[in-house]
Amino acid sequence: MNGGEKGFGIIVTFCIMFLFWLILSGFFDAFHLITGGICSAIVTLISHGLLVRGKSQKVLLKSLRLLLYVPWQLWQIVLANVDVAYRVLHPKMPIDPLVIEFETSLRGDFALVTLANSITLTPGTITIFVEPEKGKYWVHALAKEHAHAHLVDKTMQRKVAYVFMEW
Amino acid sequence: MLLVDVIVAILLTSGMFFMFVGAIGLLRLPDFYTRLHATGKCDTLGEGLIIVGLIIYHLFHYPGTPLVTVKLLFLIIFIFIANPTAIHAIVKAAYRRGLKPWKWGEGRR
Repeated sequence: MNGGEKGFGIIVTFCIMFLFWLILSGFFDAFHLITGGICSAIVTLISHGLLVRGKSQKVLLKSLRLLLYVPWQLWQIVLANVDVAYRVLHPKMPIDPLVIEFETSLRGDFALVTLANSITLTPGTITIFVEPEKGKYWVHALAKEHAHAHLVDKTMQRKVAYVFMEW
Repeated sequence: MLLVDVIVAILLTSGMFFMFVGAIGLLRLPDFYTRLHATGKCDTLGEGLIIVGLIIYHLFHYPGTPLVTVKLLFLIIFIFIANPTAIHAIVKAAYRRGLKPWKWGEGRR
């Protein structure tokens, strides 16, 4: 991370923190603005490396693609809940759990976390373990058809790879 | 106003339904991992639906304080990030500890 990128990260983090303070406080007098500025500065000093990781290229494009990915993901969450509700309320409980593992092309931290959380929220699957070096996932699936979605179909992996441009 | 109230009621009821299913799943499913499927997913959507209902209610009945709706919106975003992350952390701890997943035909644990 060179100096320019570090400065960019600090400025972006400070702006986000200050905006967040303004929304949460709702007061716009001098006292609250100055207190907010000081608090945002402290948070920025401690954690500017967490939010913006140097790579300033194509952030806007990635954010836009992420925004387009979210509605699809929300629909998957609804499907997941209907599926779980069906399996839980069914008198015989049609479940047959298994653990699967698969490798992906993802390497970036943010991409790995996005796919891991997406897997947990979508039908019948929970991420157990991620190995960042190989992009490898261990996933607990509630039934065989859920495992099928990740081993054969791979729609979600391709979508996340498209969002973060890592394939 | 009546239409808004009906929509809010539907959202709150469906949210409560999913929370209820999550609780039933917690009681019925056979082992640790499968129980987390029920609680994790159903709580996320249930809470999301309830908060969306609250947002719509507030927006139409108290239009003078729009910041409250923004705060509720932030709640949804944080729940949708924090919930799967917490589930993942719990499952990972259990798997590292060596807890074997339940297979079809075994007894309840």
